[in-house]
Amino acid sequence: MGPLVPDIIGGEFNFVIALLIGIAFGFVLEQAGFSTTKKLVGLFYGYDFTVLKVFFTAGITAMVGVVLLAHLGLLDLNMIYVNPTYLRAALIGGGIMGAGFIIGGFCPGTSICALATGKIGAFWFIVGSLFGILIFMEAYPVFEEVYLADNWGPVRIDKFLGLSQELFAIIMTAVAIAAFFFTQKIQDHLHGIKPTYSKNKVLTYSGFAALPFVIIAIVALTPNSHERMLAKADNSALQEKAKEIMSDKLVLELANNYYNINLIDLRDSSSFNKSHLPLAINIPFDSMLNRSYEDYFKQHYKTNIFYADHPQTAKKAYVIATNLGDAETYVLHETAEQFDSLIFKAKIPESTASKSEQQLYQFRSTMAQNVKQIAERMQKQLQPVKKVTKKVKGGCS
Amino acid sequence: MRAKAFMNPYLAGFLLGLVLLNTIYITGRGLGASGGTKSMVAATVKAVAPEHYANTRYYQEAEAEHPGSPLKNWLFFEIIGVFIGAFASGVISDRVALKLEKGKGVTNTVRIIASITGGLLFGFGSQLGRGCTSGSALSGMAVMSFGGIITMLAIFGSAYMLAYFFRKLWINK
Repeated sequence: MGPLVPDIIGGEFNFVIALLIGIAFGFVLEQAGFSTTKKLVGLFYGYDFTVLKVFFTAGITAMVGVVLLAHLGLLDLNMIYVNPTYLRAALIGGGIMGAGFIIGGFCPGTSICALATGKIGAFWFIVGSLFGILIFMEAYPVFEEVYLADNWGPVRIDKFLGLSQELFAIIMTAVAIAAFFFTQKIQDHLHGIKPTYSKNKVLTYSGFAALPFVIIAIVALTPNSHERMLAKADNSALQEKAKEIMSDKLVLELANNYYNINLIDLRDSSSFNKSHLPLAINIPFDSMLNRSYEDYFKQHYKTNIFYADHPQTAKKAYVIATNLGDAETYVLHETAEQFDSLIFKAKIPESTASKSEQQLYQFRSTMAQNVKQIAERMQKQLQPVKKVTKKVKGGCS
Repeated sequence: MRAKAFMNPYLAGFLLGLVLLNTIYITGRGLGASGGTKSMVAATVKAVAPEHYANTRYYQEAEAEHPGSPLKNWLFFEIIGVFIGAFASGVISDRVALKLEKGKGVTNTVRIIASITGGLLFGFGSQLGRGCTSGSALSGMAVMSFGGIITMLAIFGSAYMLAYFFRKLWINK
């Protein structure tokens, strides 16, 4: 599941990726015509709207792509960098950048492309921008107040407007397509062109314009990977496949083999903190899909054993866990409470009880004793290692 | 040889969107440009005036984020790539040539002074606004960042408002 950095790809290799991505970025920008300032500023005089077309198409493509990848469970939206909103700095900084754009004829990315293709204006633009950055850094204390004012954090615009991300994506796409249509009219008018479009061209363009709507509709109307997983967990045929372990067997395993077992308590953390089986760790059922626990379901050296308040919850967890990874997994046949009363509160049999009952009691109480001792020794070591899921850092600052 | 025509803007936009989407999928962050330039400035300051660098709070905060060298920065490597990619594209399409683009009404000197001034403003603004057209506006839009979209509107809004006053630089009127 993405993003692959920092957990899957890390360190210096990330810089190699940066270089490769940069090459693709620069190549496409140059092919689009962003290395010539006449095309860039054409937007502001109405004679060439290439920038608008490229920019919005790219933004919509990536936006719809992000929504789709998240829906399919391929990208974890909680991990990606969302540019934070510092309202005042964004408005003032943006205003200054706009002035720089119309006076200098470039923006930082396009100026690099233009320099690479020999534009002299771009060279001087970059020289200027180096000094602009230097001024900001040197005089930072003067601008600090504006820079840090109105910190809203990483606000998403769909949340801010109270819309679903699907609806926002649809609105944005519709706005972009309308903008493409009308700017083309303006451009044709300015150049005195009366364009004629072939039927094929109209069909091709309409098809591409419809594509983002179709993707968003699919995302909005079908359950996402999370919902699909929970639906699967409710499937009783899959639940029946759960391999079960009986309390007696479990306590024997715990006493002799505890280091090969993850005994996983699926109840919420407050019930867990109140009381739990010895040696158990807590992964609440509702948090099972949380990325920080996935290592438990993907490892190959320990057996996971689930228990809960209801045997069915444990079976659901079995379905989810075996879908997330291929770790060996069992569910406890009894509930937490039953286990406790069977093993730890085993009743001393009456003197008239059969020999096998006496032996069973002997077994259970000895094992309970052993497990308790182990649990005391292991107390601190066994809590789940909280994997720190680092947010990705980004932005230009 | 005549330079080849530019790519269809929608196709180019779609490809650019895929590059951005891939970047987000792989690295969890968008593209950028001004951040790479900034790391170059910081590295220069560190090399030229190490004492000043060590005594200035802004550099020290940046140093804490990118320990080692300011150039050990994702965006620095990315903009090196941008240069290589753009050059390759220019060579393939026969567009590499020394050239000063400007409107007919202005002299070369005016255009160069305007370039430097524009760069100065854009460089400064990108630091205040936490990112430029790539890092803040485009990448921000992809992840539906409110701040990114506000920055985008501010950049284009301000450029439109000022366009009339600087028309001589670009168009022949």
